[in-house]
Amino acid sequence: MSAAAAKKFMLVNRRAPYGTIYALESLEVVLIAAAFDQQIALAFLDDGVYQLRKGQKPKSIETKNFSPTFRALEDYDVDKLYAERESLSVRGLSAEDLLVPVTVLSHEELGALIEQQDVVLSF
Amino acid sequence: MLNIVNKSPLERSSLESCLRVARGGALLLIEDAVYAACRGHASARAIVEAMQRMKVYVLQPDLEARGVDGLVVDGVTAVDYGGFVDLVVEHSRTHSWL
Repeated sequence: MSAAAAKKFMLVNRRAPYGTIYALESLEVVLIAAAFDQQIALAFLDDGVYQLRKGQKPKSIETKNFSPTFRALEDYDVDKLYAERESLSVRGLSAEDLLVPVTVLSHEELGALIEQQDVVLSF
Repeated sequence: MLNIVNKSPLERSSLESCLRVARGGALLLIEDAVYAACRGHASARAIVEAMQRMKVYVLQPDLEARGVDGLVVDGVTAVDYGGFVDLVVEHSRTHSWL
């Protein structure tokens, strides 16, 4: 696929990782879109910020730990990760608690970024 | 951007998050989100405030189904399914806040 056909995708992740299948499904979409050479950004807000929490050990609930996949996204040229500041702060989290580097944005900044996308998918 | 919300604001945070982040454009309330546009609802004030920066629509069939079609706050525009399609066509992009 030519670069000219690439669209700017943003996946907006708003749910915690293990209570529902949304987080894992979002990651599947990221990998599929990356395979088609699309420009992909991931935004984490609300409980979605928990997806990036360090130290997840879901073996205890007999569930696959997909959180290391976030660290592998760079290999797919997916390096635009954003988290909303307010969502982190009300959950007692900071960027240091996350397993990958993210750009922390205010809700205004995130809103402006969403406006720049061609496709926005919410999970 | 056409923002679409389909969850009751007292059950999920979708509407609150949409209103916090979305910069402008339009908001369409469908399914259980239509309660937010009704007079007396705790979210009605947020909807009225949102109308300062975005056009707000609500899906009429979903209002009628829930018996709240007479309660929509002033300034919110009710649309039918055809109107829903028109909104999607008018806006180059949509964001469904699931």
